[in-house]
Parts: sequence; C-alpha cells; structure tokens
Amino acid sequence: MGVSVAGEVTISARNVVKAFGQGAGAVRALDDVSVDIRQGEFFTLLGPSGCGKTTLLRLIAGFEMPTEGTILLDGTDISTLPPNRRPVNTVFQSYALFPHLTVAQNVAFGLEMLGKPSSEIKARTSAMLALVKLEAMAGRKTSQLSGGQQQRVALARALAPQPKVLLLDEPLSALDLKLRKEMQIELKRLQLETGITFIFVTHDQEEALTMSDRIAVMSAGKIQQVGSAKEIYIHPRNRFVASFIGETNFLTGTAEAGALRLATGNRIEVPGLAPGGTATVCVRPEQLRLGRPEDGGITARVRSLVYFGTDTHCHLALSDGTEIVARLQSPASGEAGLTEGQEVGVTFAQGAVQRVED
Amino acid sequence: MADRFAINRLPGFTAIAVLAFLALYIPIITLVFFSFNAGKTVMGWDGFSLQWYAVAWGNLAVQEAAWRSVVIAFWATLISTTVATMAALGTTRRRPFKGQTAVYVAINQPLMVPEIVTAVALLIVFAWVKVQTGYQGLGYLILAHSAFCIPFAYLPIRARLEGMDLSLETAAADLYATPWQTFRRVTLPLLAPGIVAGAMLAFITSLDDVVITEFVKSAGQDTLPTYMLGQLRRGVTPEVNAISTALLGLTVVILTAFFLLTRERR
Repeated sequence: MGVSVAGEVTISARNVVKAFGQGAGAVRALDDVSVDIRQGEFFTLLGPSGCGKTTLLRLIAGFEMPTEGTILLDGTDISTLPPNRRPVNTVFQSYALFPHLTVAQNVAFGLEMLGKPSSEIKARTSAMLALVKLEAMAGRKTSQLSGGQQQRVALARALAPQPKVLLLDEPLSALDLKLRKEMQIELKRLQLETGITFIFVTHDQEEALTMSDRIAVMSAGKIQQVGSAKEIYIHPRNRFVASFIGETNFLTGTAEAGALRLATGNRIEVPGLAPGGTATVCVRPEQLRLGRPEDGGITARVRSLVYFGTDTHCHLALSDGTEIVARLQSPASGEAGLTEGQEVGVTFAQGAVQRVED
Repeated sequence: MADRFAINRLPGFTAIAVLAFLALYIPIITLVFFSFNAGKTVMGWDGFSLQWYAVAWGNLAVQEAAWRSVVIAFWATLISTTVATMAALGTTRRRPFKGQTAVYVAINQPLMVPEIVTAVALLIVFAWVKVQTGYQGLGYLILAHSAFCIPFAYLPIRARLEGMDLSLETAAADLYATPWQTFRRVTLPLLAPGIVAGAMLAFITSLDDVVITEFVKSAGQDTLPTYMLGQLRRGVTPEVNAISTALLGLTVVILTAFFLLTRERR
C-alpha cells in the first residue's frame, strides 16, 4: 500500500457543481456533489448514462473545471490545475492510444513528459508491460493489437507514472462479455498489486458490485448513496438505489408505529417506522418465503413461474393487485412445487424489509 | 441491385465518357508526343529525338526562369503551409465562435475571387509599395503566391484535423504533456500527412501560376510559365513542348504522392 495510510482521504469533492451552458438553458451535470475517496480503495461511480459520473471523473482529471465547489487531492485544492499538473491518470473509454507510437512508446509517454531519466523510463516501461503481460508486444504499433490488448496498453500507460489516483472511464464497455470478465479480475489484481486508488466509472451494476470496495450510486447529477456493495444492496437508502442495484419489490402502505399497513390489510413489521402518512419498503426477491396461505403471511396468487436454472422466479399478485417477485432456489428435482394460479402465503426473511425514501 | 438507377447504364454513357477523355487527353498526348520530335515544326513528325529537352536544358533563360519558379514556390509553400496550419488549428481546436463562417470564407477567398481581380489589385498595391520602398525583389511574387496558396494548403490540413480523435490530445495532457508538448508530440505527428499534402498542393499551385505572376512580376522576373507564355507570342516551338512535358511530369509525380498521402488516412 505504499507509504500512505489506508483509509486516509485522497480525493475529496466538496459541494461540486458543474453546469454546462449559460442562463436558463444551463444543464447541471453535477448538482452539489460531495464525496471523500480513500487512499488505496477501489471506488466506483455507478449510475445510468447522463447521471454525471463521467463529468465528476473529468473534473478530477482536470479536463473540466467545476462551476462551483472544490476538488482536493491529499488536502490540496486542485480544482483549477490543468490536467498535466495533476498526479492522476486516466484510462479512456476509447483507450486513446497514440497511433503513431509503439506500445512501449505509449507506455513511456507520461514518464518522458515528467522528464524522468531514460534508464528509469526503460525500466518502468518494461515493468509495466510485464505487469499487463504484453512484453512481447513492446515494438508493435497499437493498431496491430486486439481490443483486450489495447485495453492493457491503456492501463499500463496510465499506471506507469505511478499516479496517486487512477481514473477509469467505463474502460471495459468496448470488450465482449468473456474478455470483460477477465479484465475485471485483472483490474482488481492490478489495483491490489499497485496499491493505487482506483476511481472507476460504470453503468454496469454487476461490475460495480463485484469489483468495488465502495460504490457511489449517482442519479440526476447527485450522489444518491455511498457505501460498500453489501451496504448498498442490503440497505438501499432510496427507491432509485434499490431499483438500480439488483431487483427488488416495493410495497407501499400506511405507516404505523413500527409497522407498515398494506392496502391488503396485512401488517409488515418495519422496526423504527413512525406512524403517519404513507411509507415504502423494499424486499429483495430472494428474501421472500412462500408457504401455505393458512400458515400466515400475505396471501398472493402465483401468476407465472420462470425457470432460470439455479433459481426460479415466481411472479405473484397480492389481493390489491400489487405485483411482486420471489426468487426461489431450484430444488434438485427442478420442480419448485408450485403451480400457476395457486394461492400462497408470503413471508419475509428476518431483517429483509428495508424502509426506502422515495 | 439491377433496378437501381445507375448512370453508367444509360445509353451513350460509354461513348460520352470516351469522348470526354479523348477531349481531355488528346491535346496533352499530342504535346508530349511532339516534344520528342526531331524536326523544328510542331505538327510534322521527323523522328524521335531528345534534342528539344537538351535545348531547353541548355537555355540560360529557361534555367533562370525554372530556378526562379522553384524559389518562389518553395517560399510560398513554406509561408502558406505555416499560415494554413495555424488557421486550421484555429478553426478546429477551439469552441465555435461568432464569425467563424466569415473567417472560413476569408481564408478561402482566393478560391472564390476571380484570379484576374486579385492580380489587378495586387498590381496596384505593389506598384505603390515599390514606389514607396524602392524594393524590386522577388518578395512581391512570394507574398502574392503565398496568399493564393493558403486555401490549397488549408483544406487538406483541416480535413485531417477534423478526422483526428480529440481524446488523443486529452490523453497527452493527462500524461503530463504541456500544451506545447501535446502539440509537438501528438497533434503535429498525426497532422503531418495533412501538412505534407497541403504543402504539395500549394507547391504545384504556385509552380504553374500565370495570371497573378504576369501582373505582379517586375522586369526580368519571369517564372517558367510566364517565360513560356512569352515564347508562345513568337509561335509554338518544340522547346516549349519539352518544358511543358517536364512540368507535367513533375505535377503528376507530386499529385500522385498527394493522393497516396491523403488516401492512407485510417
């Protein structure tokens, strides 16, 4: 992990606003964003396209300047520094490899611009090419490489100057599924081996969940929630986060003391819920338990069953018409023991019901 | 695609095409053919000979005019290509600004204004400057040629810049290159084929200019084309044919190189 203490804040965005355009037509790509990213962590900005995640990355890189707010690197304000004076490097979505240079020259570019002695440039370039397993390609032109190899060159080039932070802008989106899975593992390995802080932008929630130490879920120019994959999956703060990460069921009803009263008349325990007004809870499909209706729970009718191999998705309708999904682990026989049209009693696993804000 | 409209399937297409090519190339072929004529007349074949090339090569006036043409073309190419490169960078590497179209029109003005108008205008201005300064050198011709060569250099350079991936320059900046280093190490090398192509076009444009040169030149400042024009007033000689053929050869070589350079773009 180098000399820095893990857990120290490396990048800090404070009340950052980025507006494009002027006056009434201005679009706020980032709307009062504050986030602390710690030294040595794999931090992911996750959100749908247009949520501002790439804009935040470009502000950290220095390709854009914030309209308001500051960006700190190790406590120093870097908001207005040009990109060449920030110790951060970027892996571009399009890779942006220099077509007139060889693989080795691409990797050496940053070191040369920093004015490193040639012996050091040579040594580090070879070390980086070894790190991404491209020693044999050193003399090739980048156009002679496959997409996956180009991706590795882009990584090696960005890592070579040993930046304090590596920014990755949807770097895997151009790769096919199999290669993407390989590169996910590769990226994680590189991050652990170099100890460099990675800020990774993606719209792919699975990518975010499997790779990140922490995730910031973004939507409409704001950070909706920051937390580990587990925190975000198990305790989504609002409706957007709950629905963007994984599948979920929403149930809305009247708030009572410590419980939610559904339109069906059923009462769901929600610890800490204060009475008054309506409230929404979410439950992941795998946390639903189906039993016989006479054994209690919310009565629901099986609408359809979809077999997915490892599990079966059971689409249910409550008596008030609300549709929910239960994901049931497939038994060895392959039969879930349910038939369409059957009535079941739905209960939830302990602690699975989560209050969410709208 | 049998029922799709195709101009080459219209009746008479081949005949018209062949006629057009004949009209274009018969005069040139005739000129090249008679440049190898042993006889003195232009239209009577007296056997193969390279004597007119030897005569032209040995002619002091031809040598002088040819050298002057090359000197002017060299400087005009250098100046116009530099200006055109800067203009192309200025019109592609910045946010769109008010009056951009006007600037574009201004840069390409020599392509639109009749050459004779520019020639007369330059003649008047340069005559006044000559009186004021007393300077009589090649500077006027170099300046005039530089001006009308700019659009020819500008267009291929701009096309190359517009086709370039902007994220490459961003990547260079991200990798600690200063704006100047980014230009030197990334933009310029990638732009080079466009610049060379622009320079070639500017060079041949300067090399075969007659109208503006004829108006602007001082006494004793003949370029190869104006020398030939002067000779033709006394009748066509096989010597002029030989010079024309040599010029044609040079142009074909440069244009082929230009074509290869611009085609190579990915």
